[in-house]
Amino acid sequence: MHIAVCIKQVPDTKNVRIDPDTHTLVRQGVESIINPFDLFAVEGALKIKDESGARVTVMTMGPPQAEEALREVLSRGVDEAVLLSDRAFAGSDTWATSMTLSAAIRKLGDVDLIFCGKQAIDGDTAQVGPELATLLDIPYATFVKKIEKLDDQNLKVTRQTDDGVEVWKLPTPALITVIKEMGEPRLPSLRHKMRAKKAQIPVWGIADLGLDANDVGLCGSFTQVVRVFSPPRRSDQILITGSIEEQVEQLFSYLKEAKVPGV
Amino acid sequence: MKAVVDVKKCTICGVCEGVCPFAAITVGESSVEISDECTLCGMCVDTCEFGAISLPEVGTGPGADLAEYNGIWVFAEWRAGAVHRVSHELLGAARRLADKKAVELSAVLLGHQLDKGLATDLIMHGADIVYLVDHPQLGQFTNEAYADVLVDLIRRKRPEILLAGATSIGRSFIPRVAASLKTGLTADCTELDISEEGLLLQTRPAFGGNVMATIVCPHGRPQMATVRPKVMKPLKLSEHQGRVESVEITEGIFRNRVQVLEIIPEQDQTAKLTEADIIISGGRGLGRPENFAILEELAQLMKGAVGASRGAVEEGWIAPSHQVGQTGRTVAPTLYMAVGLSGAIQHVVGMQGSKIIVAVNKDPHAPIFDVATCGVVADLFEFMPAFIRKVKQERE
Ligand SMILES: Cc1cc2nc3c(=O)[nH]c(=O)nc-3n(C[C@H](O)[C@H](O)[C@H](O)COP(=O)(O)OP(=O)(O)OC[C@H]3O[C@@H](n4cnc5c(N)ncnc54)[C@H](O)[C@@H]3O)c2cc1C
Ligand SMILES: Nc1ncnc2c1ncn2[C@@H]1O[C@H](COP(=O)(O)O)[C@@H](O)[C@H]1O
Repeated sequence: MHIAVCIKQVPDTKNVRIDPDTHTLVRQGVESIINPFDLFAVEGALKIKDESGARVTVMTMGPPQAEEALREVLSRGVDEAVLLSDRAFAGSDTWATSMTLSAAIRKLGDVDLIFCGKQAIDGDTAQVGPELATLLDIPYATFVKKIEKLDDQNLKVTRQTDDGVEVWKLPTPALITVIKEMGEPRLPSLRHKMRAKKAQIPVWGIADLGLDANDVGLCGSFTQVVRVFSPPRRSDQILITGSIEEQVEQLFSYLKEAKVPGV
Repeated sequence: MKAVVDVKKCTICGVCEGVCPFAAITVGESSVEISDECTLCGMCVDTCEFGAISLPEVGTGPGADLAEYNGIWVFAEWRAGAVHRVSHELLGAARRLADKKAVELSAVLLGHQLDKGLATDLIMHGADIVYLVDHPQLGQFTNEAYADVLVDLIRRKRPEILLAGATSIGRSFIPRVAASLKTGLTADCTELDISEEGLLLQTRPAFGGNVMATIVCPHGRPQMATVRPKVMKPLKLSEHQGRVESVEITEGIFRNRVQVLEIIPEQDQTAKLTEADIIISGGRGLGRPENFAILEELAQLMKGAVGASRGAVEEGWIAPSHQVGQTGRTVAPTLYMAVGLSGAIQHVVGMQGSKIIVAVNKDPHAPIFDVATCGVVADLFEFMPAFIRKVKQERE
């Protein structure tokens, strides 16, 4: 079994914000991290490797420094890594990203199962997984928390919905997007760290992937950001003080006034 | 590719340097340089008061013949035989857009042996036309069946705009629709409008809600967006007239690759976070697993759900399915009550869209107070039981 995991390096959102006074983006201390959902995806793939043996290849499309992210997951036990990097990829929306990733999956050739995170925390779109599956014409399931083998051709996946869980039968090759319950990411091991340090990571650009510059990056994107601004600040903040009894009374009338159902 | 600086307009004021989230801008003595780190996010374009920075044009590549596309569609979602309220909300928002563009508003209803009342209900919430597709394969949701039928309908009827709820169903299959049709899709919008040129302006939070972005899809059709539940206002138009059109599906459309083996509805009402109007959430401040009972009592009284911080989940006090935040659920109830949780940014990104946020925390400097609409500085063990007593008293 060959499993591919798609990971993305994202700015750590906790440091990204617009300064309320100057209306400019505060970039102080914005570090890059691996999208947390993608670490759950890596863990899911490694669990299958542990249990029934599998080759796990991780890939990311991003700037040259996204190589760090690949080395980090290599040090957690992933077998191989590929970096998809080209100036022409800049400005990709989810369509252009999926297009690029689909070309890379085809180039790998023999992939049976693809893991993506549920969503990337920079854009929170949750679209790349399903779009990638569509471009590869393989079935997919989103928000998966458990994956089991049903028989030689089929997987049994448990997915979380708004109203409960669903169990689907999914024939391979297939793609799943995963949530936290897939498993806490394991830590890097010393052995794999050594290997990760020395690993040769191939870099594939548009020529390697046989893509046209018009199909990738900003050129290949359909959506365009026309304005970026700070969310309106809440002007309706109050603080309740006094004795416990007074606070209880105040909160109760506050909720009553706001017509909150249930009070 | 990167943002472009017009040297004639640039005054080298340096403001752009500080706004670039990727540190791609360097302001030199005599020029502003943009490096390859540039991701074309557009942040600098917006800040430059001299209009000196611009982004290269998005692809005009495989664009659609725009004039052929007309009207606004809403994907109508149902649960347990009734229209889901997100569809009412979408129709409310879309009615306004349709009136602004002077076009028809249609709802698409996919299912099997659905009650006739559903179509009427959609009309009374603003639809001019209801396209109804009835087929045994649509009785249960799967990505492929739903997407492929919707794609087929869109190819035949060509709407200009398609909206769907950003629910576990919409967010799962709508990307397949967009990718099949080769068009753009914006996820989880919280604001929609029509631009002067007639394009759909799709506004949504990014970077965990710290930044808002307005997105357009100039060349692909339909322009597609999923819309966050509980944000748009439904309309009740009991006099509104509309018609229902049953649509036959094209032969051989179902691929049947995926099979639903089992559907297990959540029994625990307090775990239905995304549906809940009221969420009472707890964190490490609760101190012990048993203390979640305090929150459960209030949640039951108010018919709400119980949420939790990752802190509480990591302690093993409550199941991970209750976790709210970056790696848990994103929720936006009418009331979110945060009890004994500090309000770490990873928690806040999952709940800051809530209408009313009440924070109960004994530390007046806890960051949760920055997002709370109503802050209560108190010891939760004193405050919560007293508050529950009050709610009960008022009931009697
Ligand atoms: C990649 C990543 C993803 C994450 N994702 C999430 C996520 O999805 N959701 C999430 O919640 N967190 C997430 N976190 C964790 C987050 O950073 C915080 O660690 C976590 O939210 C803290 O939980 P807490 O508020 O319960 O605990 P604490 O920060 O310990 O806060 C406890 C609070 O309780 C108050 N308190 C204590 N006793 C009392 C009392 N008697 N009365 C009143 N108040 C009291 C204290 O003043 C304190 O403010 C994530 C972190 C990372 C790195
Ligand atoms: N640039 C990228 N490179 C590799 N994988 C990606 C990239 N962007 C998104 N993904 C994958 O798609 C998932 C969903 O991303 P998104 O649609 O951006 O929310 C992520 O969790 C990743 O698994």
